[in-house]
Amino acid sequence: MIDVILKIALTLFSLTIAISFYRVAKGPSMPDRIVGLDTIGVNLLSMVAIISILFGTKAYLEVILILGILSFIGTIAFSKFLERGVIIERKSNR
Amino acid sequence: MKINDLILRTVVQFVVFIVLTIAIYLFFAGHYTPGGGFVAGLVLASAVVMLYISFDTDTVRKGLPLDFKIVAAIGVTLALLSGILPMLFGQPFLKMSSMNIQFPLIGEKTLATVMIFELGVALTVVGVVMTIILSISEGSDD
Repeated sequence: MIDVILKIALTLFSLTIAISFYRVAKGPSMPDRIVGLDTIGVNLLSMVAIISILFGTKAYLEVILILGILSFIGTIAFSKFLERGVIIERKSNR
Repeated sequence: MKINDLILRTVVQFVVFIVLTIAIYLFFAGHYTPGGGFVAGLVLASAVVMLYISFDTDTVRKGLPLDFKIVAAIGVTLALLSGILPMLFGQPFLKMSSMNIQFPLIGEKTLATVMIFELGVALTVVGVVMTIILSISEGSDD
């Protein structure tokens, strides 16, 4: 029973990733693409968690942590590049 | 135009410590489970990159006065020393040994000299990654 539910959840998450990928590829503006990439990251993380439950192992939990960190860094780096044109500034103007 | 990034800076100040904790966990978990010095070095470097992104170069240099080229050099030296040291006792190069020690509160644990090698690898990875990222980002400054 729980296996069927988890597999349905995996299917829905992959559908979500496909829709988000459409937004990343098509997206009218660059902020749309960044939000789409962030959504892909979060859904990928959830898929790893469900696969970890399905296989009954703890070996994938580090993947969740590191994917969360890298997705966060990627999102703020993209956003800062769009906002200011430079990622690491020499001196903050304030 | 005055830039308002209070939320980003406040979040990053907390998240950096969580990331450093994950790096230390990965460093010590690397004996039997996924992890190890290389991954711990990458996660440490990502924590420092997060600081550099949300603050600026001058502020981070003031709070973290490290020359990352020297960090990489210290790491390589440490890894090399942990390989050469067994040769002085008639063992082959990079021969690692371990011993069981009774600690007061946490019981019996295994201490291994491979930890010194892993520390060298972690420091090397941090130094090289941060040197590459900082030299790329400083190159295009006008």
